[in-house]
Amino acid sequence: MINKKALGGKKTLMSKKSIKLLLIFLLALSMFLAGCGGKTTKETGGKKEPATSGGSAKDTLVYGRGGDSTSLDPITTTEGEAFKVTENIFETLLEYGEQDTTLHPGLAKEWKVSDDGLTYTFKLQEGVKFHDGTDFNADAVVFNFDRWMNGNEDKFPYYTMFGGYKADEGHVIKEVKAVDPYTVEFVLKRPQAPFLKNLAMSPFGIASPTAVKKFGDDFRKNPVGTGPFKFVEWKQNDTITLEKNPDYWQKGLPKLNKVVFRVIPENTARLNALANGEIDVMDGLNNSDEATVKGNDKLQVIERPSMNVGYLGLTTTRKPFDNKLVRQAINHAVNKKDIIKAFYGGKALAAKNPMPPSIEGYNDSIKDYDYDLEKAKALLKEAGYEKGFEIDLWAMPVARPYMPEAQKVAEVIQADLAKINVKAKIQSVDWATYLQKATKGEFDMFMLGWTGDNGDPDNFLYTLLDKDSIGSNNYSQYSNDELHDVLIAAQTETEQAKRNELYKKAQEIIHDDAPWVPLVHSTPLLAAAKDVADYLPHPTGSEALTKVYFK
Amino acid sequence: MFTYTVRRILSLIPVLFGMTLVVFAIIHAIPGNPAQVILGQRATAEAIATLTRELGLDRPWYIQYFDYIGQLFQGDLGTSLRTRGPINVEIWPYLAATFELTLVAMIIAVIVGVNAGIISAWFSKSWFDYVAMVLALVGVSMPIFWLGLMEQWAFSIELGWLPTTGRENVRDPISAITNLYLIDTLLQGRFDQFWVVVQHLILPSLALATIPMAIIARMTRATMLEVMRSDYVRTARAKGLRMFWVVYKHSLKNAIIPVLTVIGLQTGLLLGGAILTETIFGWPGIGRYLYDAIAYRDYPVIQSGILLIAAIFVLINLIVDLLYVFVDPRIKYNK
Repeated sequence: MINKKALGGKKTLMSKKSIKLLLIFLLALSMFLAGCGGKTTKETGGKKEPATSGGSAKDTLVYGRGGDSTSLDPITTTEGEAFKVTENIFETLLEYGEQDTTLHPGLAKEWKVSDDGLTYTFKLQEGVKFHDGTDFNADAVVFNFDRWMNGNEDKFPYYTMFGGYKADEGHVIKEVKAVDPYTVEFVLKRPQAPFLKNLAMSPFGIASPTAVKKFGDDFRKNPVGTGPFKFVEWKQNDTITLEKNPDYWQKGLPKLNKVVFRVIPENTARLNALANGEIDVMDGLNNSDEATVKGNDKLQVIERPSMNVGYLGLTTTRKPFDNKLVRQAINHAVNKKDIIKAFYGGKALAAKNPMPPSIEGYNDSIKDYDYDLEKAKALLKEAGYEKGFEIDLWAMPVARPYMPEAQKVAEVIQADLAKINVKAKIQSVDWATYLQKATKGEFDMFMLGWTGDNGDPDNFLYTLLDKDSIGSNNYSQYSNDELHDVLIAAQTETEQAKRNELYKKAQEIIHDDAPWVPLVHSTPLLAAAKDVADYLPHPTGSEALTKVYFK
Repeated sequence: MFTYTVRRILSLIPVLFGMTLVVFAIIHAIPGNPAQVILGQRATAEAIATLTRELGLDRPWYIQYFDYIGQLFQGDLGTSLRTRGPINVEIWPYLAATFELTLVAMIIAVIVGVNAGIISAWFSKSWFDYVAMVLALVGVSMPIFWLGLMEQWAFSIELGWLPTTGRENVRDPISAITNLYLIDTLLQGRFDQFWVVVQHLILPSLALATIPMAIIARMTRATMLEVMRSDYVRTARAKGLRMFWVVYKHSLKNAIIPVLTVIGLQTGLLLGGAILTETIFGWPGIGRYLYDAIAYRDYPVIQSGILLIAAIFVLINLIVDLLYVFVDPRIKYNK
């Protein structure tokens, strides 16, 4: 009050001054912003003049993704984010097709399998050099396999694809030997049908023995392979920079000069960065953003071929899901079509089997449980649950390509189940705990999924539903001896046609027992600037950017 | 003064010691096994058991705790379970990124906040006062998530002025020396890159500054109002001193102490990492480092990271306490 009185007489004067002050302040602020503005358009110019950065032609591709790699030594990890990078630095003996999992020559130009399926002989590419200048040859291959088989699951987790480690009973490789500098021979203890497909997996990229010895444990931060790009720099949780390998053995490749993998965790922010020209390709486009990208004439949508399954697991050891009829009833009660329309932008296939149709051995003759509430109720009645029951429905706390919006999908399923008097309470917990609880079979009903590793049916059916996999990936704790016999027979059968028949049989058994409600095979989406050409996403989730270029 | 400083620093030790105990207890109370997370969805039960043993996580908690304290005394913050790298080395770029962002955000927050508070008090109940205080209220309650995305939409997508995310133009990367890019670019004489860094800092620091700015503005206004009612201000006016000097020199000096405290607290908070801002703007700061560590059950990183942040927080408060002396000579830390 005193204050006011004191000022009273000069009030008008003061207001004038204040307005002046304010104007100056605003002017200063706008000058500051304008100053920045002027600079930006010149400097980055991503929007207006995209070809300015880095000299004449645009040859640096920036790939925006949600998370960082934790290691760049591919054998030390199971993370997709690691393989997206290492696939460009390392090469495998065999390579998958550009957009499928058929087998093609890689570092091995040809291969032979003995009639008993026990000896594999590989002829290697000659004149290939590692990025450190040392030679790629048979000794390097032997060195790598020796390194891996003498490890353990903590150090080299994916090596279990070969049945275990050197001392283990299940390990299928008896020995790996260099016959001559460019011939390698693998002798197996017993036939392993997916052996060749395994060799093409990203984790089995051949590393420079010299560099492995030199860097030791730090090799994961200093990767040296034979691939189209060389490692340059890693700024953790920010960027990984690769540059062209000028001595790459495939002449004329790669077409890009530099590749930068950049972490932008938030999907919308990543899309903003793409629209602003700061990145050229973005991984993990939300289905709901597809229309935005299509509406922008500077951008394009790229579809990754599907090799996954999202499912609703029914823990077969817990009541009431120990009863097959109840599991079948639930299968009849979930409306997959609506889920796909609402949460996958229609870009997914309703699943009827635990493996996607892109994989050999898929049983298309199986008729899915149709969405039929009357049938579901009848089955529940037959099982003695006429009045329904209450259960917990666990929804994943994280987004995965096969399940971008788990919580919302869970709500739809909850509503579906309510129609047959099954009251589901939606639950969730952080991802680490979620997996732990699922492994132990502590959930009644849960959402999960799987993305294939090597494009082999074994990697879905045996890995996810065989009784051997209880305690690891068989989260529904499903155990069926008949299925087990079929799957084991298929593992050692080397004739593909016979194998496929066995897997078709396996899918029939699983369909009837209904340990899951298979929900979807989704199509993960990427977005890219219009001028990015020949970007071919691979179903495994990681691809070498060898042939990508800017139009 | 000197002895006071020493005493305060010494008193840090029990505080930090207590912190280690609390953090340790909390992370061991939450469920979820790091071995499971490290080995991923594909792990077998035996492998998990083996790794748990190798990591020493099967030992009693007090043994693990004393091991950890022993390490700390040797200046070793431990090894990250996720990247298998030494935390001493790995944490620095994250801290630097957060430090740079916090510094710029706090400079903006202090300049705008203090001035807005002063002017609001000076012309209290004027339109400026009302607008500023409504904005301050909006600032405190604005969801950073929304604000950040709106900033990107307006200043990057629509106007094309500023980059949306990140710290640098990745097509022209900065070679890190101190990891404080404002300094690194200057050290290398790359003024063009310095500008790029500044541009990258604007949007995230504005988003980060909103809350402290609003709090500082309200605090300044409140204390200034009180001071400006005091007798000596009236005397100064009566002697014919210009209002501007009365406000900015004589009143502010007496009003600034509680504001300094708030500034210190806010700086400390921001240095702990702002997960939302860092996530939206793809900023590789300490907040995301810790967030990832928690999701991954990377115990050593969680422990050491929180400990470090706590230490920084306490240190900043010490610095603020020491600053009081310069602002107000009546305050003395004797003995």
